[in-house]
Amino acid sequence: MKPFVYERATDVSSAVAAVAGRPDASFLAGGSNLVDLMKMEVVKPELLVDIRHLISHTIEELPGGGLRIGAGVSNNELAADRRVRRRYPMVSQAVLAGASFQLRNLATVGGNFLQRTRCPYFRDVSMPCNKREPGTACSALEGHQRDMAILGASESCVAMHPSDMGVAMAALDAVIRTVGPDGERTIPVNELYRSPADGPERDTVLKHGELITAVDLPDVPVAATSRYRKVRDRASYAFALVSVAAALRVRGGAVREVRIALGGVAHKPWRARTAERHLIGRPATEANFRAAAEAELAAAEPLKGNAFKVPLARNTIVSMLRTLAEEA
Amino acid sequence: MNDQPSRRTVIKAGVGALGAAVLPVGADPARASTAVTAVEAAGRPVRGGIGAALKRVEGPLKVRGAATYAYEWPVENPAYLYPLLSTIATGRITGVGTEAALAEPGVLGVLTHLNAPKLASAEPEVVILQSDRVLHHGQIVGAVIAESIETARYAAGLVTFEYAAEPVDVDLRADRDDLRKPQHAQGFGQLPGDLMNGSPADTAVGDFEAGMASAVHQLDETYTTPIQQHNPMEPHAAVATWTDDEITLYCGSQGVTTPQGLLATAFGVEPARLRLVSPYVGGAFGSKDFSALWGTLALMGARLVPGRPVKLMFTRQQMFTLVGHRPASVQRVRLGADARGRLVAIAHDTVQETAKAKQYAEQTVQGSRTMYAAPHRRTTTRIALLDLPVPTIMRGPGESTGMFALESAMDELALKMGMDPIEFRLRNEPETHPESGQPFSSRHLVRCFEEGARRFGWKHRDKKPRARRKDGWLIGTGVAAATYPSPRLPGSTASASVDKDGRYTVRIAASDIGTGSWTTLAQIAAEALGVPLDRVTLHIGDTRYPRASSGGFSSGINSWGTTIYAAARELRAALDKNGGTIPAEGLEVTTAMPDDPNLAKYEFNSFGAQFAEVRVHEDTGEVRVPRLLGVFDIGRVINPLTARSQLLGGMTWGLSMALFEETVVDHRYGNFVNNDLAGYHVAANADVGSIEVHMLDERDPYINPMGSKGAGEVGIIGTAAAIANAVHNATGVRVRDLPITLDKLFR
Repeated sequence: MKPFVYERATDVSSAVAAVAGRPDASFLAGGSNLVDLMKMEVVKPELLVDIRHLISHTIEELPGGGLRIGAGVSNNELAADRRVRRRYPMVSQAVLAGASFQLRNLATVGGNFLQRTRCPYFRDVSMPCNKREPGTACSALEGHQRDMAILGASESCVAMHPSDMGVAMAALDAVIRTVGPDGERTIPVNELYRSPADGPERDTVLKHGELITAVDLPDVPVAATSRYRKVRDRASYAFALVSVAAALRVRGGAVREVRIALGGVAHKPWRARTAERHLIGRPATEANFRAAAEAELAAAEPLKGNAFKVPLARNTIVSMLRTLAEEA
Repeated sequence: MNDQPSRRTVIKAGVGALGAAVLPVGADPARASTAVTAVEAAGRPVRGGIGAALKRVEGPLKVRGAATYAYEWPVENPAYLYPLLSTIATGRITGVGTEAALAEPGVLGVLTHLNAPKLASAEPEVVILQSDRVLHHGQIVGAVIAESIETARYAAGLVTFEYAAEPVDVDLRADRDDLRKPQHAQGFGQLPGDLMNGSPADTAVGDFEAGMASAVHQLDETYTTPIQQHNPMEPHAAVATWTDDEITLYCGSQGVTTPQGLLATAFGVEPARLRLVSPYVGGAFGSKDFSALWGTLALMGARLVPGRPVKLMFTRQQMFTLVGHRPASVQRVRLGADARGRLVAIAHDTVQETAKAKQYAEQTVQGSRTMYAAPHRRTTTRIALLDLPVPTIMRGPGESTGMFALESAMDELALKMGMDPIEFRLRNEPETHPESGQPFSSRHLVRCFEEGARRFGWKHRDKKPRARRKDGWLIGTGVAAATYPSPRLPGSTASASVDKDGRYTVRIAASDIGTGSWTTLAQIAAEALGVPLDRVTLHIGDTRYPRASSGGFSSGINSWGTTIYAAARELRAALDKNGGTIPAEGLEVTTAMPDDPNLAKYEFNSFGAQFAEVRVHEDTGEVRVPRLLGVFDIGRVINPLTARSQLLGGMTWGLSMALFEETVVDHRYGNFVNNDLAGYHVAANADVGSIEVHMLDERDPYINPMGSKGAGEVGIIGTAAAIANAVHNATGVRVRDLPITLDKLFR
């Protein structure tokens, strides 16, 4: 690990100024991912600005029925919150499906969105990697592909985003609130991540020095019966091969409302809008669930080593919709 | 009877008292002294001999953090060493840049092949930094020594290497044209014998081809297993101090005598000058058998800063290429049976991977030589020499992968014949060892199956695959046999003494790698001396004690235990000769492991029957294992608690091997891709359901005076096959390449 300067910021605006003013500076919140990457010298910030004590640790009601979750809320606090569990069970389930209890105590909601890919070539500094060192190569393209993306990837990077929480947030159309050198703004979660084709070295549209302060969950009544299903190589403490966050409302045998997002398949939590469009107004049948999943996955471009993810994603979507329809 | 408390009472007497009666070396006596109390249960002394279910005596020290693992020895003013690993798999180092690192404040030195001490050894497990040659990715090519671990690790990133890389060859295939018959693999080349256990690479009885041609039912399948990694909880660590008088090496090790010899030779010093200390080891499983690489590196560092202790601990990622791995295998199994289900022909041909640096060839085919009767049979072992780290011993080396193949094949052929897989095995139970013709010292495999079938509820099983489902999960059951040899390794000596107060002390340079030998060896001594356990003090884990073989191959009880038993009996005899009274100056005897003519007359093996129930999700192929059950014949059980832990741990690892463990090799670079515990999956708690362990506790009449066979490895044997067979029963899908991941199952 490279030596670095640690600063404990006294207020948000000076923290933002401190990071924005130096290209080699980084915010520090939970640090569960950042410090790991620093040890391996995958990232080498010269200045860490600790903001955990400055960002909100509370979950508040929003007018209109939503919730505002402070970026400093720990993953476990989010999962345990009674309102979250009652109104957005997929969020709670997704968070609890990730990492370990200890890591979830450390990791923050804001940091969860910004965790870096687990691509082994990104994490090994002796390997070429366009995300770590732009213009080198994508080692995964011809390498170990099991955990790589099948949707939205590019020749320059096939890495997958590892967040579980983000998948549920994408299904809910959550909105991120930030403060940066240019002031405050909001960014829908579904617009947070950049396409790897635009340069994989930057994961998100956040500017350098822009800090996530909260995430707003809108009022989504159908989410009260939502679910998160994570399929992985072992029962606990593994990243998703495929995950599905979904909510479904059926009336008179037809789909009235549906939200589906996928994890483990792309550089971002993947909102399955094609599948959603395919289902709206149609009978809630196994055949339609399958057709919708296949429509969504028609765009998949799997690699040889992860081609199984396409039928696995299809089956998991169908399995999830079947369960939700039976419960509805 | 009055002084024989019941087993329950013994367990209740508990750890606190016994933990100090056998005060382990290295324990801080001041901290441990609170536990030094008389051992009493129901007002009477506990005998604590063989058969007592005692908690491990050093448990309280470990729980309190008072047990000193290698890295934790309190030393004055230590320096810290951080290794540098190669980033190519094969080639030469053409340039080294150390200036930036040496200029960093706090850096004491940088070791590379250009300035490392020359070693008088050619053993790849010992030798590092002797040339510019790179033989595998992640090889030690240097080290930084500094005032703090942080400085050492940072400065390591400032050292630069230039390489002339050569084409990488890491492909294990059975159709390679450069496969070869292994030679001199035993004891890493220190002993004769083709395979690592000293047996020949090829064996044959009768005429396999003719026998196979005559068979009514035939099976010919190939099974593959991947590279698997050692991940004991305690990373490999060493603390070395080099002074003019003594060289001290604290290091986690499965033995101290063997590495003392290896390292003393390498550094050209008298073995007596090099002291190894290793009282507590946080798991080893074969990866700390020689303790050489990290011992060598720490000693090199210590020579660079004479008189100053140097501390070294591999990171989890570094362990993947530095501590050895279980080699991958491609195994072809052919079975032929007659109309009544009796095997007439068995062939097991394995191709496995080893390093170019050194031949390591494990006895993958040993189980097929041992398990079933058949007049025509053969085994062969071939190896591919690749640009990979040298593989090493890993729990159940050989049998764990070989029995996955054989016991999967047995299940396949039983199904083909429409026969119950247990019945098929029972019909092929041999009267004597199928190859040597010698009798088994004891073999209760049939009882293991019968007892297991009864407890598991085998008769209620649905034989037809894909017949049971519940809530979207397919349910299946499977069974497999287990066996592992119980060898006695040469080279142990023990001393036993008694002082005027009637306190007994036993010394032997044995090890406890977490298996419980602190407890079980003391129990054996107490039994042989005929005194309560609290009168016995055991000393192990230090080259200051009489020499001993290393722990491995399930040999500890049979090797050290037998030696201790002999020393204790000799002391008892000397006391008897003295009229039963202890001389004022006390008495001491030192005894080498006795010769035993039975060793040449019998085949010594532990056995077991493994049962598994699995659930496989119909949509996703996810596998869960709600139940494992094993019944084991390990001879007389020294300590039911620690023996159960051994078997339970083995079965858990077998589950992990069946479903998860696989090292991914990048064939372009020759590196291990998934080199951490997030990428290399071992079973998590959530993956482990109910595991039932039963022991027959049947005394072996010939193996040793205790009647005890090995228990360390047989628990992992057959588990993977039982699970694979259960997966087939659940789904109708036969997975012949481990691990059984979901992509191989869902439709």
